Amino acid sequence: MSHQYSAPGDHIESTKPVTVSRYRGITRLNHWVTALSLILLAISGLSLFHPSLFFLSGLFGGGQVVRWLHPAIGIVLFLSFFLLFLQMWKLNLPRREDATWVAHIGDVVQGNEDKLPELGKYNAGQKFVFWAMTGLILLLILTGLMIWEKQVPLWEPYAPWAATIPARRIALLVHALSAVGIILVFILHVYAAIWTRGTLRAMTTGSVTGGWAFRHHRKWLRELAKNRKAPDNHNTPAE
Amino acid sequence: MTERAPQPTTAAANPPVQPLASNLLPSDVVRISATANVPAPERQLDKVAKLIDVSKCIGCKACQSACIEWNDTHPAIEENVGVYENPHDLTPEMFTLMRFSEYENPQGDLEWLIRKDGCMHCEDPGCLKACPAPGAIVQYSNGIVDFVSANCIGCGYCVSGCPFDVPRIHQTAHVSKKCTLCSDRVAVGQGPACAKACPTQAITFGTKESQIALANERIEDLKSRGYENAGLYDPQGVGGTHVMYVLHHADKPGLYAGLPDDPRISPVVESWKGATKTVGLAAIGLAAAGAVLHGLFSKGNQVTAEEEHEAEELVVKTAAVQPETREEL
Ligand code: HEM
Ligand code: SF4
Ligand code: SF4
Repeated sequence: MSHQYSAPGDHIESTKPVTVSRYRGITRLNHWVTALSLILLAISGLSLFHPSLFFLSGLFGGGQVVRWLHPAIGIVLFLSFFLLFLQMWKLNLPRREDATWVAHIGDVVQGNEDKLPELGKYNAGQKFVFWAMTGLILLLILTGLMIWEKQVPLWEPYAPWAATIPARRIALLVHALSAVGIILVFILHVYAAIWTRGTLRAMTTGSVTGGWAFRHHRKWLRELAKNRKAPDNHNTPAE
Repeated sequence: MTERAPQPTTAAANPPVQPLASNLLPSDVVRISATANVPAPERQLDKVAKLIDVSKCIGCKACQSACIEWNDTHPAIEENVGVYENPHDLTPEMFTLMRFSEYENPQGDLEWLIRKDGCMHCEDPGCLKACPAPGAIVQYSNGIVDFVSANCIGCGYCVSGCPFDVPRIHQTAHVSKKCTLCSDRVAVGQGPACAKACPTQAITFGTKESQIALANERIEDLKSRGYENAGLYDPQGVGGTHVMYVLHHADKPGLYAGLPDDPRISPVVESWKGATKTVGLAAIGLAAAGAVLHGLFSKGNQVTAEEEHEAEELVVKTAAVQPETREEL
């Protein structure tokens, strides 16, 4: 079994037609917990971000609730994303074909997949989303802890300089900027998942069609085909 | 209807005995946190100010006691750590604090500088600028900056916004607290409790104009007695303040327990509450609208039937080519 382009759980589920298992149930659950946290964080955070959006705090029971709920969800997001990170970081490392893919970004947008290199489980766009989320979540958790008024005494003895008012001002600015950044990345992520038809089911049912894998992630499909334990005329569960 | 109270001109006068209606009205508010369009007030109250003459202060802390009593706060009883400051810092229960600094002047003499710390009631308040909760901080046309606990969410942004490190978040009530300049006393024609209690009249209160005039008299006196750098602390970086100091060393405010030389709203706070918000909101709005519109009108990137077929072939051929690498089930 080789896992240069695929994750351990990935496998071909059936051959006629081909369906490929892309995410295990536990990974999907992990993904949706992360996604829900991010959405709740964006909404609650935006309610404090701009006066015109303060009404959004009503969704959570008011500003006093947002004050503590937002950072609490932030902790959930951080831990949940960390688990996703452990499962995904390896296949998101940059590879040579990513540069070619980026150079052909025009063809990507026009859907000319035949002009693009064959790819493993992730393309450069997906990798960008992954690393941008990683970096921004790190910034958000660090600055978030710095501006979490109530919990500052928890860590202040270990990093008194970070609890000073000048440091907290910078943290507020960086938190707000990173929040804008992560919301933009989030929009890109959702848009790409919907635009690339046949992608959403990878995170709902867990599988994609063979054609989808062939079109977008052919090296991944090739590796899974090689890894397949039984030839298709043996009794695989789907048959 | 009871008569409306007069605007106070001093803290020294005794209160009137007949009941009077508040003369600090919701319509006298000129700035409201997280609120863009505050209606122009119908009248302009006289600008008020509290003047703290550091050179007259004897450090007795009568003002601190008066503040505790009037505002009904309950500062914790703390340990004596060998300095006169008590409590150790401004707290949600202690809105004003005498800070004691020892200064050895160039003549080699020790000067004991005592400064009454607390909210400066900035004309351009950083706390109000930073606050995300509509109505949690208001500024009246007489200059008083007041926190409205009912609207406060306890986030602590005001702590970062203030150039003087004044607001403190109450750990159980979850609201921000600071000196109100006794807005509830001023509303009924009274000066602040601290000024009323001060035995040396180091603290005085009145119109800002009258307090500047008084300060000038005091400065002249101090200069005639050898304090050539005596001066008024009414920092213009925050548009002037409604709590001012007479300092013997106005050229070095930092001597007085770190009073800022040239306070102003931090540029970091300005850019956080300024460009970040407008540009950020615009970017998010445009991206969301663009994604939705484009999503509606684009066919998307579709997988073809041909590709489904090729996938099948790929899988089947791979199986045929490499039987020897396969493990048994
Ligand atoms: C990762 C952990 C996070 C922590 C610990 C955290 C913590 C905080 C805290 C303490 C505040 C100040 C208000 C309050 O006390 O609730 C805040 C504000 C905010 N947060 Fe977070 N946060 C996190 C993640 C996020 C994420 C992922 C987003 C965006 C999707 C976000 C967006 C915002 C925004 C927009 C604000 C308002 C900033 C402003 O007023 O300019 N936060 N956050
Ligand atoms: S804690 Fe300060 S900034 Fe936050 S809502 Fe209250 S007054 Fe406004
Ligand atoms: S001193 Fe601080 S708390 Fe007082 S008005 Fe100025 S900015 Fe606000």
